[in-house]
Parts: sequence; C-alpha cells; structure tokens
Amino acid sequence: MTPAPLEYYLILSAVLFAIGVAGVVIRRDVIVILMSIELMLNAVNLAFIAFSRFLGALDGQVIVFFVMTVAAAEAVVGLAIMISVFRHRQTLDPKDMQLLKW
Amino acid sequence: MSTNLLRWIPLLPLAGAVLNIFLGGRWGKKFSGGLATVAVLGSFLISLWVFSVLSPTGILRDTLYTWIDSEPFKAQVSFQADALTAVMLLVITGIGFLIHLYSTGYMAHDEGEARYFAYLNLFVFFMSVLVLADNLLLLFVGWEGVGLCSFLLIGFWFEDHANTSAGNKAFIVNRIGDFGFLLGVLLLFWEMNRLGVPTLDFAGLKEAAGRMPQETATLITLLLFVGATGKSAQIPLYVWLPDAMQGPTPVSALIHAATMVTAGVYMTARLNFLFALAPATLSVIAIIGAATALFAGTIAVAQNDIKRVLAYSTVSQLGYMFLAAGVGAFGAAVFHLFTHAFFKACLFLGAGSVIHAMGGEQDMRKMGGLRPRLPITYWTYLIAALALAGIPPTAGFFSKDRILLEAYSSPHGSFGLWLVGWITAGLTAFYMFRQLFMVFHGTSRASESVQAHIHESPPTMTLPLIVLALGSITAGWLARPSHNVWDPWLQAVLGRSNPAEHGEAVNETLLVVLTVGLAVLGIALAYFIYGRARRIAAEDGSLWQVLAHKYYIDELYDALFVRPFTAAANWFARVFDPVFIDGAVNGVADFVRSISSAGRRLQSGNVQHYLFAFLIGTVFIFVYWLRW
Repeated sequence: MTPAPLEYYLILSAVLFAIGVAGVVIRRDVIVILMSIELMLNAVNLAFIAFSRFLGALDGQVIVFFVMTVAAAEAVVGLAIMISVFRHRQTLDPKDMQLLKW
Repeated sequence: MSTNLLRWIPLLPLAGAVLNIFLGGRWGKKFSGGLATVAVLGSFLISLWVFSVLSPTGILRDTLYTWIDSEPFKAQVSFQADALTAVMLLVITGIGFLIHLYSTGYMAHDEGEARYFAYLNLFVFFMSVLVLADNLLLLFVGWEGVGLCSFLLIGFWFEDHANTSAGNKAFIVNRIGDFGFLLGVLLLFWEMNRLGVPTLDFAGLKEAAGRMPQETATLITLLLFVGATGKSAQIPLYVWLPDAMQGPTPVSALIHAATMVTAGVYMTARLNFLFALAPATLSVIAIIGAATALFAGTIAVAQNDIKRVLAYSTVSQLGYMFLAAGVGAFGAAVFHLFTHAFFKACLFLGAGSVIHAMGGEQDMRKMGGLRPRLPITYWTYLIAALALAGIPPTAGFFSKDRILLEAYSSPHGSFGLWLVGWITAGLTAFYMFRQLFMVFHGTSRASESVQAHIHESPPTMTLPLIVLALGSITAGWLARPSHNVWDPWLQAVLGRSNPAEHGEAVNETLLVVLTVGLAVLGIALAYFIYGRARRIAAEDGSLWQVLAHKYYIDELYDALFVRPFTAAANWFARVFDPVFIDGAVNGVADFVRSISSAGRRLQSGNVQHYLFAFLIGTVFIFVYWLRW
C-alpha cells in the first residue's frame, strides 16, 4: 500500500483551517469561536506533521508539541475569561461585548 | 562716583509696601501707617545725604544687575543721581514723607489703611525708580508703575462706582499717552542703532543724539511728548486728572499735584538735549503748555468742588511748566515744578483738612466762615494760595515770573506766549481767592449738624501743613535774582545759562510789575464778588455754564471716542464674536465631527468584524506575494 501523497494532507489541512476561520468569523458563540481556533491550530499541526513525515525531519513534530501546549494554555485562559464574562453579563455573544467602543 | 546707598531710596518704600500688603492687616492700623511713614523718612534721609555729597556736575551711580543683555544692546537696572535727580528725590521723598504723616491722621477712620499705605509706598518706590533710572527703559518701568499706583489709589474706595470708573479713565487715558511714549522710545532706539550707538542710557544718548537728523529728532520728541501730555495732564489728554480727585485727598496732593503729574516735565528736562534738537517740537510744547494753562485756568474759575478747582489749577500750572520747557527754559520748568510741589501739596492737604472738618463735604457753596474754626488750616491755605497766585515774596512769585520772563525773552519765546501766561496768572489769582473766600470767609452755609462737628485737624495733619506753608514761602528764594543758587546747580544737567545773560533786552521790572499787578487785581476782584457777599449768588450765565461744564470736553470725547468705541465693542461682542469667531471654531469642530461620524461606523466594536477585516487583509497580502 503506497502512502497517501503530501497534497492530500495539505488539502485536508487547508480545508480544516478554512472551516476554522469561517467559524471564528461567523459564529455567535464565544465557546464555538474558541473551538474554531483550536481547529485552526490543529490544521496547522497537521501540515507540520505531514511536512515532517515527508521531509524526514523531526523539527515539525517538535513544533507541534509546542503548539499543543500553547493551545492547551490558551484554551484554559480563554475559557476562564469566558466564565468571568458570562458571570458579569449573562451572555457569550461577541456582538454584546462592545464596551470599549465609544 | 559709585555707592550702594542709592538703591535703598526705592527699596525702603518697596519693603514697606510688601510688609504692609502681607502683614499690615494683622499688625493693625497704627503700625501700617507708621511703617510706611518711616520707610519714606528713610528714603528722605538718604536723599538728603545724596544732595549733600553731590556736586553740580557729579553723578552718583548704583548698579544692581544687568536686566537685558542682548548683544550689542544692554540695559541695566542701574540708578544714577545727578543734580536734577537730587532735586526730584527731595521733592518726592520730602513731600512724600509729609503726606504719609498727614495720611496717618487723615485715614485714621478708614478700614483699608494697610492697603492704602501699601499703595502709597509702592508709588514712592516707582516714582523714585522713575527719577533714578539711568536709562529710558528703567524710566519707563517707573513711568508705568506710577500710573498703576495712580489707578489703584483713585479707585481706592472701590465700593463707589464713580471712583472705579474715574480710576479706569485715568488708566486708559494714560495708556494712550504711554503708547506714544513707547513708540518714541522704540524709534529713538532704532535711530541710535542706525547711528551705531545701540543704547538707551542717558549718558550714551546725550553723546550721540547730536548726530541725529532733525526730522527724526522731531518725530521722536513729539512721540515722547505725547507720553508727557498723558502723564502730565496736558491738552488733549488732561481729562483724567480732574476725575482723579475721587481718590483720597492726600493722594491727590502727592500723586496728582506734587509728584507723578510732574513726571512728564521731568522726562522733558531729562531729555532736554534731545528736545533742543527739535525746535518744531519745542514750539508745539510751548503752545500746548500755554493753551493748557489758560484753558484749565478758565475752567477752574467756574468749579464749585473744592478739589476740582485745585485739580484744574494743577493742570494749568503744569501747562506753565511745559510753556517754560517749550521755550527752552528747562531750569525754569523744573523750578516751577519744585515750588509748585510745595504750595499745591499744601493746598490739597488744606482742602483735605477742610473736607475732614466738614465731614466729607466738598461743595464750596456749602462751606464758608471756616476761618475761626480752622485757624492753622486757614493761614497755611492763605500762604499757599498767595504762592500760587504769584504774590511776592512767596515761592510762586519767583518761579512764575521766571517762566513769564522766559516766555517773553527767550529765543523761542514770543509776546503771544507771554500774554497767555500773563492772563492765566490773573485767572489763577482770581480762582484761588474765589475759593479762599468761599471756603473760609463769610458766614457758614453748612447744615447745623455739620457745623457742630467742625474741628481743627490733629497735629499729624497740621504739622505737614505748616512745613509745606513754610516751603511755599522759602522755596522760591533759591532762585531770587540777587542770590541765584538754582541755575548754577542745574546748569550741568540742563545746559542752560542764566536767563539774564541772553536774549533781547527786556524791561524785566515792567513784566514783574504787570504780572503782580494783574494777580492783585484778580484777588481784589475775587474779594468784591465773593469776599463781601453774605451768600453766593446763583451763577447761571451762558458763559458760566460753559465753564462750569468744562467746555463740554468730556461730553465731546464721550461722543467722539467713548461711544463709537463702546458701540464697536458691543458690535464685536454681539455680532462678530458669536458669528465669526465662534462660527469658525464651531465650524471646524462640526466639520471634523461629520467626517468622523462616517469613519466611526468602521469601528463597530464587534471583534468578529475586526477579524474579518484582518482576514481580508491577510488574503490580499497573500495574493500579492503569490503573484510576484
């Protein structure tokens, strides 16, 4: 069985990334937006892994570990902020978070 | 010669003023008056010392620090005392001291005594800076400072609107004159710079002024004289001085009779070398001086307010001084300044004593018969009035006759100038004795309650009167023909020989007899009209009305300048300012707001919109890279 060519992985990665971007821009729920960001990060991870595998270098895989760590931290902080915002404003719709606008 | 003592002449009164401003209210009345008086006494003693060590050609110097150092121009805060300054200092601090002393009695019932004495000391400070200055800029500091003090003291009783508006009038009219003065100083500096001597020191000016073209000198001196007409109350800017009588009477005596109003005469004498270069200016000064003397003299005849008569008399006498300066007799001008300071201060203080006794009444029609009740005031007043009328052997006789003689015989003089001065001398005698008879003789026309209150003033007030009355007699003897010490003293500064040594031969005795004769005639006339009358007849002839209304000059100025100016100011306030100024400012703001309200829509505040813009931008950059 021949391995799937690199293009397949990259196309999958691009599609996942596009879905993530669309989610971030379109969805009206901050939780979903956070999930979309995770999706974008993982799309990038996929691209890294694919390149790493096909170039036979480990660098990409190392970077993926870093990204996963940062993503975990980011999720924690993001969710904590969301909880705090929800307690104050009883909403998670980004449209309602415009206090800094004049 | 250099000395460090000179600076204390202005600094002592300044210290007194500062102490009185900050601590006078706390220390109480007795103290503030005493402090101010002692400060001026100190200045007077130093002035006496200056006078005693100074030789007629000597100059004492005291440099404090460099004020402006702008290469090549340099102005120092530096005091100099020469013969002219010494005379002025003696007048300012000597008479100033007497008037401070008098004020301690006069203002004893007043609440604002500390403020009063602070202003009065401040005035002595500025006035001595004015005469001690060794350059025109420092002189200008004093010049403006005394104007400020004059304004503050005229409006001293500021609860009354009439007083504050009189103060404003004095200030504004003086500003007009000061504007001319400043232009003159600037033009002078410009010209000196052109001549390669960029200085405003009197010594430097004196050396280089001779190289100036005559036209420039004429323009400069005319502008400087505009300043003098403002400060020394000459036509056309004399209108503020009669209104200045709203201030306390000792202030009228010190500032508006003896010292400040003579600043213009002093300035003219100080810059005599400059004025001598411009015969045209001298003619203008002589004519204005003579015209003012006559004009104000006629107005004084018809006034009923005791202080206003004296005010117009002051304007008239200042006219004499400028008449003398205009015919080139600066020595005679300063001499009349000197003697006038004594008898006019004495008259004002006497008037103050009368007003004090009458409980604030100033209308002479409601006085009369005060002679037995106020003996000291009466006798001193009589002496000073005789001096003002020019009866020998009082001081006024010597100084006025000097001026009339010069007006006739000097190379710049003429018969016309002498005639005007001569008529004025008669008028002076008439109005002074009209006043004397109305106030002190006849029967009292005051109400019962006022009559019961009439009393002679306390010694602090009568003592200055006596000293000044003595001065009114003896001050003139300094220049008596047989033993003239005055002219040799000032010769080095004013650069003029003894009047006897020049000009066409005139019958000096005849002129003197004519003048004194006319003065005696004026006194006699006043006696027949006012001295014997049991009551003052109502005066309502049409000429009298014109005089009593001061030729309607105030009304004329009101219509010509004040009203158009107020109307213009109103138009600017009501139309120009809201429509044009506010319109421009608000218009810019509205314009910016209308633009920004379109731009504001971009900033929705919604994070997703920003992210979307971010995405679009990224895509564009990406596409851009990929294409090239």
